[in-house]
Amino acid sequence: MGLIEAILITVITASTPLLIAAIGELVTERSGVLNLGVEGMMLMGAVTGFVTGYSTGSVVLGAIAGIVAGMAMAALFAFLVLGIVVNQVASGLALTILGIGLSGLIGANYTGLRLEQKPPAIFGALADLPYAGKLLFSHDFFVYAAFALVILVAWFLTRTRAGLTLRAVGESHTSAHALGVPVRRLRLYAILFGGACAGLAGAHLSLAYTPFWVTGMTAGRGWIALAIVVFASWLPWRAMAGAYLFGGVTIAQLQVQGFGLGIPSQLMSSLPYLATIVVLVIISRTRTGSSAPAHLGVPFWPDR
Amino acid sequence: MSLKNLTFAAMTAAFVGIAGAGVAEAQDKLKVGFVYVGPVGDFGWSYQHDQGRKAVEAAFPGKVETTFVENVPEGPDAERVIETLAKSGHKLIFTTSFGFMEPTLKVAKRYPNVMFEHATGYKRDKNVATYSGRFYEGRYIIGQIAAKMSKSGTVGYIASFPIPEVVSGINAFMLGAQSVKPDMKIKVIWVSSWFDPGKEADAAKALISQGADVLSQHTDSPAAMQEAEKAGVKAFGQSSDMVKFGPKAQLTSIVDDWGPYYIKRVKAALDGTWKSEDFWGGLKDGDVVMAPYANMPDDVKAMAKATEDKLRSGAMHAFTCPVVDQAGKTIECKGGKNLDDGQVLGMNFYVKGIDDKLPQ
Amino acid sequence: MRLVLEKRQEASDLMAYASPLIAVAITFAFSAIVFAAMGKPVGASLFTYFIEPLTDLNSLQELAVKATPLVLIAVGLSLCYISNNWNIGAEGQYVMGAVFGSGVALAAQGTMSGPHVLAAMLAAGILGGMLWGALPALLKVRFGASEILTSLMLVYVAEKVLDYLVRGPWRDPKGYNFPQSVAFDTTVPVLFESGRLHLGSVIALGVVIAAFVLVGRTLKGFELQVVGQAPRAARFAGFSPARATLFVFAVSGGLAGLAGIIEVAGPIGQLQPSISPGYGFTAIIVAFLGRLNPIGCLIAGLLLALTYIGGENAQIVLKLPLDLTKVIQGFLLFAVLACDSLILYRPRLIAGGSHGGTAHGAH
Repeated sequence: MGLIEAILITVITASTPLLIAAIGELVTERSGVLNLGVEGMMLMGAVTGFVTGYSTGSVVLGAIAGIVAGMAMAALFAFLVLGIVVNQVASGLALTILGIGLSGLIGANYTGLRLEQKPPAIFGALADLPYAGKLLFSHDFFVYAAFALVILVAWFLTRTRAGLTLRAVGESHTSAHALGVPVRRLRLYAILFGGACAGLAGAHLSLAYTPFWVTGMTAGRGWIALAIVVFASWLPWRAMAGAYLFGGVTIAQLQVQGFGLGIPSQLMSSLPYLATIVVLVIISRTRTGSSAPAHLGVPFWPDR
Repeated sequence: MSLKNLTFAAMTAAFVGIAGAGVAEAQDKLKVGFVYVGPVGDFGWSYQHDQGRKAVEAAFPGKVETTFVENVPEGPDAERVIETLAKSGHKLIFTTSFGFMEPTLKVAKRYPNVMFEHATGYKRDKNVATYSGRFYEGRYIIGQIAAKMSKSGTVGYIASFPIPEVVSGINAFMLGAQSVKPDMKIKVIWVSSWFDPGKEADAAKALISQGADVLSQHTDSPAAMQEAEKAGVKAFGQSSDMVKFGPKAQLTSIVDDWGPYYIKRVKAALDGTWKSEDFWGGLKDGDVVMAPYANMPDDVKAMAKATEDKLRSGAMHAFTCPVVDQAGKTIECKGGKNLDDGQVLGMNFYVKGIDDKLPQ
Repeated sequence: MRLVLEKRQEASDLMAYASPLIAVAITFAFSAIVFAAMGKPVGASLFTYFIEPLTDLNSLQELAVKATPLVLIAVGLSLCYISNNWNIGAEGQYVMGAVFGSGVALAAQGTMSGPHVLAAMLAAGILGGMLWGALPALLKVRFGASEILTSLMLVYVAEKVLDYLVRGPWRDPKGYNFPQSVAFDTTVPVLFESGRLHLGSVIALGVVIAAFVLVGRTLKGFELQVVGQAPRAARFAGFSPARATLFVFAVSGGLAGLAGIIEVAGPIGQLQPSISPGYGFTAIIVAFLGRLNPIGCLIAGLLLALTYIGGENAQIVLKLPLDLTKVIQGFLLFAVLACDSLILYRPRLIAGGSHGGTAHGAH
């Protein structure tokens, strides 16, 4: 029990930043906008979150600052792709380059500092319950925020008028526009939401997961989050499955190494990627999910 | 599209004049260049080299000017960066990653009057010296401490890539541990990265969950130290003193201190006595520094200090013969009483007592 | 006052040429402000960053060397993108090209050398990239698995394959067990006595021209565009999207693989664990900056190479931090992309008033 519980708790921590970032990007993409700048937005969230958390002594303020930083980056992206109809793929990649540079500049004087504060445990004493108490209630608020985001987004996209409209915009911005839907305003909100989530995911890294700042600390998690959105065929619950699959295999391969079976470490490190491909192929064969929003990545400008 | 090139040409003409006035200044100072493989903010390898650079600046006020280029990819870019440094008047250039070996040698041939120093390599030239640190000495000490401090008899080791330096570190650690407790168990996890704090933390958690109660790492970030602190187990830091991240967890840290060597070499260059040589400094030279021993009983502290003194004076060597590999084969003793430097530098086997297989 | 874009009746030829210049001018202005804020001499700083790499033969050669892999990969990627295939795994195809080509080089090491070995190495490199590129294409065509995910994931797998080989079977036996192969006997020849310009750059130029002809002058090129822009029309015309997918992935994978072996057998000269500072990803930007046009890719590749080399110079001469040079690079990309929309849209300032959703200029 002890070992399995420990593994599951580690998997939850490892999957959380992937899940938060993926859920945000999922909403952005559902509105028809492809933002490849997740890695850059995450880094900005991480550095801003840490700097704020360190200066104010509050993890919660840090997380909020991370969200704001992610949104600011997303706003820049939105200005380019919505405001002046710039190519989305290239802008997203440029956003990542900018994020790497800016986060490095902001964090230059914060390397090697330790954050004293721990994220507040919101369920406090419940974690001491027997059996699954620790597994269910011992996490920081980022973990529960991730769960809440999945539930909220799933509900929003399928059960609310605004969510259905957002999906309609992603499927066909021309039809939606003809029906009088404010296509660009909805997309702006979706992009900002994606940025907020990426920022929060980054802040989770620098405030809770490994509470310090080093340059480039996201180590490619933004890209994995993008892949998870595709893996999920743009469905929130599947994004959760994808994040946990990836995080789970990552942790599993580390655990297996600890038992010393002598399998090449390169093969072990490839497993999360291979597993994701294999599972995607299997679920693609028995296609039950949705496919990409029809107007994903297509530039839109309202003709009058 | 040729329009653009044309404009570039025009701008070139316009700017040549401006730059002539701005950049060219009389230089009496010795210009010293540093090439880093990672960002200076990595809080690990490159960060420590940059601390060394700062020590040089502080030691020779007004006499030297230092320049660094960070995050230089190993390959063609390195050659260009090194060449640009040489061309722009840098007379002493430190290239601080193994992958810079060939680029350094290539550029050195073209700039015979520039002095080059390549870290962790083994090829030299008239104007290319090599230097490195005997970090395995520190690993022997922490192996002994780990054996004393571990209650479960199992230590965890977070490793980056199976290169000789990391392998010799694991072996030295194990030999140290076995000198105290012959049946010591070690669990090694390779994270296949120098630099992924999240993954290092995950590896630390995996090791702790499997019963390791002392952690050692050969990766750069303080993530594992923080996990140890959180879980209430002990750990050793790497590269820099990480006690801040584990005030109750850190037993000691193996600190890379490049300052003394850099100061020595810059001084030689200033005095005109610089020669190409191979320098492999350890505890004796102050390249490898043990952070204050902490969170351990006094007898363990005394043992660690005694070992440190013996390694420093040369009375003891981490790889004292006979060294036996996993298969039970005794390694040829090329250095007389211990393995010679070449054997340590290229170490490619696990010593007896490590149950794992070395990833090839 | 608000800024509003109006769609032009047709693309502006003038802006097609002028927009990069406007972008460069904006970037200069931005950089000048940054340099001034950092207390650096503005003129000299701009010179160091943007102009100096263009002022002598050696650094011009460096520019071409740096741009070569970017251009090769980007040309292939633009074929993918015009046919609506999202290959973002060129980095992996580049690595596998290097691996396959190096396999030939190491097999021939010490026994054979000469142009035919080099030709075989390049061919093997192309093959390696093609095979690695064919995987996501096949998974897409056969199982409907999204190529965005599979091609990206295969990047990481390719890197592990390379890592395994250079640390294990292909390690130089005399290299103190350090992870690198022997230096190849057969290498991509350099063109001039001094400098590093090599045959690969010439090959890249040839590829640009060939792709230009393919896209603009052949039925295949037309087919790819139709498949990308009007899939239904493509079906009526008898064009198979599946065939197009396999074709573009094979070509772009092959070109990325070629770039990989050229880099390894050229400027690097041996196989080692890190052989690319992310060329496969940077080339995606190059492809779009180049407007998915082979000639455009060539220019964009050179521009990107200039910002890298300029960034290095800025660190050395001006002692600016690397991160700042990244910010400038990011800004330049934004500026070029933003100005490109002038080709299709006309900006207009309108006094007062507000109508729903047109909130630009607000940021």
